[in-house]
Amino acid sequence: MAYKRNIDRLPIIPADAKEHNVTCHYCIVGCGYKAYTWPLKKQGTTDSNWMGQDLSVQQGVDTEAWYAPSMYNVVKQEGQDVHLVIKPDVNCEVNAGLGSVRGARMAENRRSEITGTQQQRLTEPMVWRYGTWQPTSWDDALDLVARVTARVIDKDDEDDLYVSMFDHGGSAGGYENTWGTGKLYFGSMKVRNCRIHNRPAYNSEVHSTRDMGVDELNYAYDDYQNTDTILLVGTNPMECQTNLFLNHMVKGMQNGARVIVVDPRRTVTVDSCEQVAGAENVLHLAIATGSDLALFNTLFTYIADQGWVDADFIANSTFQGDVAVNEDAAHPAALGSFEAARDACKMSLAEGAAVTGLSEAQIVQAAEWIAKPKDDGSRRKCVTGYEKGIIWGNDNYRVIGALVNIGLATGNIGREGGGVCRLGGHQEGYFRPSDAHVGRPAPYIDQLLISGGGKVHHIWANDHYKTTLNAAEFKRVYNRRSNMVKEAMDARAGATREELVDAIVGAINAGGIFSVCVDIIQSQIGQAAHVILPAVESGEMNLTSMNGERRLRLVEKYMDAPGSAQPDCIIAARLANHMERVLREEGRTEYADQFTGYDWETEEDAFMDGYNSAHPEVTYERLRTAGNNGVQEPVTGFENGQLVGTKRLYEDGVFTRHGRDDGKALFCMGSWRGLQAPGKTQQQANHRFLINNGRANLNWQNWFLDQKNDFVMDRFPVPFIQIHPDDMADLGLSAGDMVEVFNDVGATQALVYPEPTARRNETFMIFGAPNGTQGNVINAGTNELMLPNYKQTWANIRKISDATPAAARVSYKSWEVEL
Amino acid sequence: MKCNRLVDVGRRQFLRGGVLGVAGAAAATVMPSGAAQAQSQARAMLDYPSNKLANIADLVVNEPIDIGYPDADSPGILLKLGTSVEGGAGPDGDIVAYSVLCPHKGYAMSYHAADKTLNCPGHFSRFDCEKGGQQIWGHATQNLPQFTLRVDDAGDIYAEGADELIYGRLSNVLEG
Ligand code: SF4
Ligand code: FES
Repeated sequence: MAYKRNIDRLPIIPADAKEHNVTCHYCIVGCGYKAYTWPLKKQGTTDSNWMGQDLSVQQGVDTEAWYAPSMYNVVKQEGQDVHLVIKPDVNCEVNAGLGSVRGARMAENRRSEITGTQQQRLTEPMVWRYGTWQPTSWDDALDLVARVTARVIDKDDEDDLYVSMFDHGGSAGGYENTWGTGKLYFGSMKVRNCRIHNRPAYNSEVHSTRDMGVDELNYAYDDYQNTDTILLVGTNPMECQTNLFLNHMVKGMQNGARVIVVDPRRTVTVDSCEQVAGAENVLHLAIATGSDLALFNTLFTYIADQGWVDADFIANSTFQGDVAVNEDAAHPAALGSFEAARDACKMSLAEGAAVTGLSEAQIVQAAEWIAKPKDDGSRRKCVTGYEKGIIWGNDNYRVIGALVNIGLATGNIGREGGGVCRLGGHQEGYFRPSDAHVGRPAPYIDQLLISGGGKVHHIWANDHYKTTLNAAEFKRVYNRRSNMVKEAMDARAGATREELVDAIVGAINAGGIFSVCVDIIQSQIGQAAHVILPAVESGEMNLTSMNGERRLRLVEKYMDAPGSAQPDCIIAARLANHMERVLREEGRTEYADQFTGYDWETEEDAFMDGYNSAHPEVTYERLRTAGNNGVQEPVTGFENGQLVGTKRLYEDGVFTRHGRDDGKALFCMGSWRGLQAPGKTQQQANHRFLINNGRANLNWQNWFLDQKNDFVMDRFPVPFIQIHPDDMADLGLSAGDMVEVFNDVGATQALVYPEPTARRNETFMIFGAPNGTQGNVINAGTNELMLPNYKQTWANIRKISDATPAAARVSYKSWEVEL
Repeated sequence: MKCNRLVDVGRRQFLRGGVLGVAGAAAATVMPSGAAQAQSQARAMLDYPSNKLANIADLVVNEPIDIGYPDADSPGILLKLGTSVEGGAGPDGDIVAYSVLCPHKGYAMSYHAADKTLNCPGHFSRFDCEKGGQQIWGHATQNLPQFTLRVDDAGDIYAEGADELIYGRLSNVLEG
């Protein structure tokens, strides 16, 4: 039996409930929600309520006057228990009242002492003491962090401090918190050995498009509504950017747009597009895994050969000449003019078909849908969305470059109905001092940690254990190194702070690592931590971020932080205060002076110190007024009481992201070169199954909140792997059986989900689960710029157990709707 | 019989720390002054109408009958699956009833007999009628409300409760 809440009524929001602007905490789409709060001992009635509607009768489809039990909770607000409802905002242009299976559970995923939800949230700082974690004060915890950290770094000598820090918006990221951590590690310090929340280095996931002058978020979502063709590459927006799909792409199809989906797998997105547009208007290019570059170079060649290009755009807005940037260690392909790229990327239909496994006719059809002028001679509009399928796939730099080539050649960037954009994971919200000192290629932090690098490790909401590649080895080494410090601390129980710090430093000099985790929950890497500091998420603080069309909004704080948890920016500021104090005590005055300028009391102070210093027209008050529709960045002014934004980048045909003075976009000259990352070809040769991997609708990121959400865990108690029924028969598997997925680098587990649309020997496993780390079987091979390659992974599969009792109870039916 | 269910539901909610603890059953511990208000409404999980939906003899395997429960404005289906399922009623343990309003945005769903699922034309969510209405894939944040069934000696089938909030109403039993 499925999980049921047995809730058959909810308190009614009264007319005078407080209303707060909320942008969904989860994905990049950034759907608008409203949070309503009101005192516990008050309630609206069926005739007097927030809607002013008669709620004694059944409400109709799409009603604003209903909310699900998952949208309700009881939380603390300024110390008082209050009712909380967080429901989708019908007036937000992003989602027009739609929720998703992730966002519409925001309220239920708040910590509540009354309803018992999310008791896993951290509430107190903790330090390793007497062989386990003990709660302590902020000052005590931060003093220990500062003293140990100060022992391993010095002015201009900070390479022994490793930092893992999120760079995203939404959730617990955002402009406030990236600035807090950024000012500390890139301002006061110049930390070089650092990485980002989802990857093992401090780098861009889309270097090539930026080097070509094209920011990766250059359109407006309504470009999907006003276009002829939607080209989706390595992305599954029905599941991963749900309301971008439902509220914009669907409308585009209803307006007549056709869709091309490039994905080795038949995703739910393909099926949904067929439902909306009709199968004849959907072209699914199920390419051989990792062959995207060959496809794009073939399309580019064919489109150029047909003359289906925008000659004026190429002449006026792109570089004229030959090579502008040479291929080198920082540039996995040269960049240059349209003609130079045609020469470098040349690939015939026959070559393209051979590599991708498509027919020549399919490639021609795709080219026609993308670029062939209409019968009346007018230009065809095409908008392109891409994501992890190529970002975490073969030859990242060249593939993204090749896709942007097509957008540039056809004049589809900076125009209505165009754009070539990543679809994104989290929202964005990055404001930091320059990271130029990190260098390019950036240090491969997780491998450096494995090989003994780093003495102190500050971790801000990263969980390498669940979400890194080569994860099995990483865990083995990190457990060993952090345990050395734990043992040293245990051995000095009862010692003074000074003696304890000496003991810790002794252990790290012998190869150990001192680990500090700042997070909202006890993460898996947090099991290795020596100090754990509790942070908050948006809604528990005011937080600004921008979505996938650069829409900037302020989430208004609607509830108290759990326990004594603090915003990351404030934690960073207090850590800086302690660093300054400790360094002064030690007489290191000049270095201590670098840690000044952190007298922030609130997140708004951090916002003003950071983001506002570069965008003085943007304030909390003005963002509050801008509401859930916010303003699209870059903000260009403030007129008539409103912030003025930019609907779409590059409408003037001037490209700037690469920093070139001439404002000309560059083409990428990356030819096809097979599987680029080390170890992939060999792994493919030695294992039967492709282990394609990625996200699914239900589970947000690494399931950090979902792992304690009954509705979610009831559906997939362990991560799934989708396998063709004939492959299941070969291996003697039944639906729900637990299998081990194993290869040359590690092993992990998953439950078997039959997938008749899968190709033989090609599986798909969900990424990021707490109880089946997909990264265990991803080898350490990256591209030249340290971008991981998750998608091209091969392994063998064997049964290890019948279905677990929980897994035996769930549905294994097809995900494709039958209408 | 009702008494036993009361105990059951109460215990389950207590263990789960469910929201009901605030709105209904445990109101006395959380908001003593709200108790009077709670009394004036139908009691949560309890005061459902007992509505006769059909007789077993009317049912054909895998052919759903349209029903309305708890009232005519809440459409659902009554269905004999043909194989016994957890939570199934009747002598064969295979009779189930569900709301057909999709708990995402309230579109009316249709039954697909080939795999015994309810499918939503709104945004393509689907639910498994053999697994207590579990959302197989979709946008709803709850599984499908299933109606509690009782079959009497004459084979008459009665609906007497629901286990999730029905779309479009903040109280399953509408209140004036
Ligand atoms: S689509 Fe994304 S932003 Fe919108 S509600 Fe779902 S998770 Fe939140
Ligand atoms: S209303 Fe059913 S999926 Fe949206």
